[in-house]
Amino acid sequence: MKTVSLSRRLFIAGNYAFLIALSVSCLFPLVHVLAISFSSSAAASAGKVVLWPVDFTLASYEFILQNDAFIRAFGVTLQRVALGFSLNLALTLLCAYPLSREQKHFRYRTAYAWYFVITILFGGGLIPWYLTVKETGLLDSVWALVIPGAVPVFNVILMLNFIRGLPAEISESAFMDGAGHWTVLWRIVVPLSMPVIATVSLFTLVGHWNAWFDGLILMNFPERYPLSTYLQLMVISSSTLNFSGVSLREVAEISQRTTRAAQIFLGALPILLVYPFLQRFFVKGIVLGSVKA
Amino acid sequence: MLLPGVALVFVYSYIPMAGIVIAFQKFVPVKGVAGSDWVGLGNFDYVLNMPNIDQVLWNTVYIAGMKIVAGLVVPIGIAILLNEVRNVLIKRGVQTLIYLPHFLSWIILGGILIDILSPSQGIVNRLLAALGMESVFFLGSNDWFPYVLVASDVWKEFGFSTIVYLAAITSINPTLYEAAIMDGAGHVRQARHVTLPGMLPVIVLLATLSLGNVLNAGFEQVFNLYSASVYESGDILDTLIYRLGLLDAQFGVATAVGLFKSLVSLVLISVSYLLAYRLANYRIF
Repeated sequence: MKTVSLSRRLFIAGNYAFLIALSVSCLFPLVHVLAISFSSSAAASAGKVVLWPVDFTLASYEFILQNDAFIRAFGVTLQRVALGFSLNLALTLLCAYPLSREQKHFRYRTAYAWYFVITILFGGGLIPWYLTVKETGLLDSVWALVIPGAVPVFNVILMLNFIRGLPAEISESAFMDGAGHWTVLWRIVVPLSMPVIATVSLFTLVGHWNAWFDGLILMNFPERYPLSTYLQLMVISSSTLNFSGVSLREVAEISQRTTRAAQIFLGALPILLVYPFLQRFFVKGIVLGSVKA
Repeated sequence: MLLPGVALVFVYSYIPMAGIVIAFQKFVPVKGVAGSDWVGLGNFDYVLNMPNIDQVLWNTVYIAGMKIVAGLVVPIGIAILLNEVRNVLIKRGVQTLIYLPHFLSWIILGGILIDILSPSQGIVNRLLAALGMESVFFLGSNDWFPYVLVASDVWKEFGFSTIVYLAAITSINPTLYEAAIMDGAGHVRQARHVTLPGMLPVIVLLATLSLGNVLNAGFEQVFNLYSASVYESGDILDTLIYRLGLLDAQFGVATAVGLFKSLVSLVLISVSYLLAYRLANYRIF
């Protein structure tokens, strides 16, 4: 019968308290901003809002959602996420599979692998990259957000290491049965690689959703901005929203602060909605990628 | 099969590398690369003589250094503490919540931080006022800004490393703990002599891999949180490159700074991968 000392019990209690407080701190800022977005501007400026809306109102959200620019930016982001994700995933698979083959089957494998890895080690820098994108005529189109980053080398490496871990006998017997590489890739490797595909997909989706800098420098017209770039201008660079055409009642209820809070929350919402369900995959993904069994 | 990938990488990663020549030119977009004047090391001279270059370099290394150290130490501690939790629900719940900030962009978090740390209306300063202290302009004061950067970055990213370390801890052989207990080790001794050594391979791996980031003080974060009043303590190489290149259109100079950063990073990353290979048997591919 193990007796637990007082100091141990205190430690355990303190530990739980600390860790729970830590986790709550990860949630609190979001809840606070959410509360502000649902509060009236007067209450927000008076500092009455902590965790719960004061003078509950939907006015800020109404204002934001009626704003054409916001909706348009949302649409651009949806476009880039869909296009970028498909392209990234296809290219990741197409690159990882050949690179996972052993040296004896694919003679120049190491050379090609280094070709890709070098781009992680060294780059031309921001200006040459920008000029390249400009010269290839992609500026101001959604393809500028999709094509330059089309080959995610980190993901390729992750996937190729995973494919190497698959038992060789399966693909070898398929080759002996007369299957070509495309068949093996599509029918054997892909179904077996679902864990890493899920992980890579999720990171790619989140990456595209959150990307804002390329939109900022590659688009010359605000109408073409993706949502995160639009938010960058509105929330951080403190562009002010045009409040003209707003009824008197609404003006009393909304302010730069509450509308900013509403925009922040709407920008975070998709990720927040998706996260609880897919969190398992994210966690598995880290372990897959970092800790070699 | 590799062809599309190779072609795209060639265009968007290798061709920009050729653009490095701009660092040695007085580049004017209208004249193009072929038509712009050659200035040799003139751009580098200009950069080294810029009044704030020392400060920018120091800020970059200081901020990045603090992030690397805190980014190693904090997750290790949290992982060890989390390992002591027996309740599976709480354990998983904590992991889920601490990993969440990683997925929010710095636009979202920047907006939240700007609101929370606002000197007039922000909740942190209201709390300070309630405690009788003066309000602090966190994001505008050179004394506080670097530490706000480091603290918020650690808060955002510690979940990732914590989960990795926790996974490493769970793979430690339980008989080692039993042996330690039989030798009379209390919980602290166990942590020091069984847990930490068991985590060492992963710690070494993550530490060496993070060495390559000494010059990456976090452009996205700094750009979204800084302002002219904190250039002195918060301006880093990447924000300088951005302002020089894309705002002031001094393309040659900006490329020169970028080249410097790329070269130093190349050396650091290569060294870090080499160390990881030697110390932790880590192979990229």
